[in-house]
Amino acid sequence: MSIFVDRNTRVIVQGITGRDGSFHARQMMAYGTTVVGGVTPGKGGRTFEGPEGRSAPVFDTVEEAVSATGADASVIYVPPAFAADAIMEAADAGVRFVVCVTEGIPVLDMTRAHAFARDRGARVLGPNCPGVICPGEAKLGIIPGEIAAPGPVGLVSRSGTLTYEAVYHLTAAGLGQTACVGIGGDPLPGTSFVDCLEAFAADGVTEAVVMIGEIGGTAEQEAAAWVKRHLEVPAVGFIAGRTAPPGQRMGHAGAIVSGSAGTAAEKTQAFEENGVRVAERPVDIVSLVRESLAQ
Amino acid sequence: MDLYEYQASERFRAAGMRTNQGVVAETPEAARAAAEQIGGPVIVKAQVHTGGRGKAGGVKLAASPAEARDRAGAILGMEIKGLRVRKVLVAPAEDIVSEAYAGVLVDREAQCAVMMVSAEGGVDIEEVAARDPGAIHKVRVDPRYGLLAHQARFLAGRLYSDKALARQGAKAIAQLYDAFVESGASMAEINPLVVNGAGEVVALDAKMSIDDNELFRLPEIEAMRDAGAEEPASRQARAAGLSFVKLSGAVGCCVNGAGLAMATMDLVKYYGGEPANFLDIGGSSSPDKVVAALEIITTDPDVKAILFNIFGGITRCDDVAKGIVEATSRVGLEVPLVIRLTGTNEALAKDILAEAGFQFASSMDDVVEKAVNLASA
Repeated sequence: MSIFVDRNTRVIVQGITGRDGSFHARQMMAYGTTVVGGVTPGKGGRTFEGPEGRSAPVFDTVEEAVSATGADASVIYVPPAFAADAIMEAADAGVRFVVCVTEGIPVLDMTRAHAFARDRGARVLGPNCPGVICPGEAKLGIIPGEIAAPGPVGLVSRSGTLTYEAVYHLTAAGLGQTACVGIGGDPLPGTSFVDCLEAFAADGVTEAVVMIGEIGGTAEQEAAAWVKRHLEVPAVGFIAGRTAPPGQRMGHAGAIVSGSAGTAAEKTQAFEENGVRVAERPVDIVSLVRESLAQ
Repeated sequence: MDLYEYQASERFRAAGMRTNQGVVAETPEAARAAAEQIGGPVIVKAQVHTGGRGKAGGVKLAASPAEARDRAGAILGMEIKGLRVRKVLVAPAEDIVSEAYAGVLVDREAQCAVMMVSAEGGVDIEEVAARDPGAIHKVRVDPRYGLLAHQARFLAGRLYSDKALARQGAKAIAQLYDAFVESGASMAEINPLVVNGAGEVVALDAKMSIDDNELFRLPEIEAMRDAGAEEPASRQARAAGLSFVKLSGAVGCCVNGAGLAMATMDLVKYYGGEPANFLDIGGSSSPDKVVAALEIITTDPDVKAILFNIFGGITRCDDVAKGIVEATSRVGLEVPLVIRLTGTNEALAKDILAEAGFQFASSMDDVVEKAVNLASA
């Protein structure tokens, strides 16, 4: 099972001829994702060589790619200066699900891109996110395919590599996943924790949810409140940044403790008060999930 | 990146706003000359990247150039919340009839800029918000249309009942929004926005934080960076495209990804150690970034052991491995190094490192525990 995407999702890669875009387009194709084309302005007409003799046509615009291939999802690997427009271009061409991997997009650009995408009914995942993997179905983004396995756990996270760490432990312990979603570390993610929780609650097969948060903002607190009101399956949480000093941005543009707001303690408390069991170390997520599933 | 008051004020003026324009001075003598040039009573204000400078004694009135010199002498060199004052702004003293607040920031929940005003100015706005949320008036700005004229009029109307003042206020609010957008800011604030004795609406203070992601296209703002106020390690990290925060412990951390880097720091603490730094080498890292990272960590004399915790996704482990080999042959390590590395191109990376004689830790817990033990040995 899966959320947002599956093996039939027809995917284009924006920035497919770049270093990261080409590398991860091949990884996605090798995983089984239906990559139907790529877009790089000025390089339309070429053929992108994928793994195992597969290939995908390259187009100049998303509109051409969608008309020619019927793509309904896109993954963006274009540089920050052009990424917001790439999101809007995808939404304008009717793409319904847009994953933006690019890190470093100006926040004001994203306010415009989000408003534009919302008006056109496109869901944006990210920016500055690792994407989504539905094990055995498809992956859109950069999550290493070999660490995930099919199973009953739904995972949503603000981080990239910390997501991999958690997924790796779950898989090693025999706890596969319905989907693992990285919503990204920027202040304005297009898809929130709550959006993912709603999708997990509706998929009918996710038996437990893992939420990996970090300092900054109030997204985890909102997710915790939603869990208490609506989620019928158990939830486990982890918060990164307990040792982060206030007022210092910890890499992610969204990860900053301002005054007393957005601390790890505040988020941990919100999780616990709303029935989300909190792991002290990433590896402890496994035992908490196992106990939750046994109940 | 935070701007100093005098820099933010410059951006406000570029948008057409009436501000309390002054002269920047780095010595008491320069402050005296500035006061003489301005004429009449002046205010001497510490230029520092933090709030609460008034309470800390960093803002003083001076009736004469000689007094301005003495006031500047007392303020220059003082520490406000751990930051040393290296510049003062000398500006004409205004007679203040009323004080208000105006600010704009990117709101996470609304996913757009939110413009706000309060008739209670000159005090900590967060305190006002906590005590009396109704005293703050907000409008959401649709980023595609910008602040609309009627929104600016609405907000100004919450500040001034006098029509002439409300007109001026609406203008200042619109100019604040323009300066915010044109400067690529994440926050811009005027506190206080005053009405002076001449019946003019004037920005008496100016505060602005710039979104670091905007700087690549705003060279005129990047040029405002005060490199002298930055630690050498932070400067070096920024130049190399690394995300770095110096902390006080003995375990140097080199990690890819901000979330994993924070979780690694937390784990250092869990195993009884203290992290020496937050360092995220970022995605898509080249060997050069790893070299720069190791150089930065090794120059910290407090570091007693260094750990690498790499989970390759967009980062390729072989790039990191090449960087480690290159850096250690160039820098010459004096403290132990423990490496955990898994994910994209892991096998390639392990070959490179094994050939150079490095050992690996088996997991994140393993690498952290080893590093903590080595650092305390």
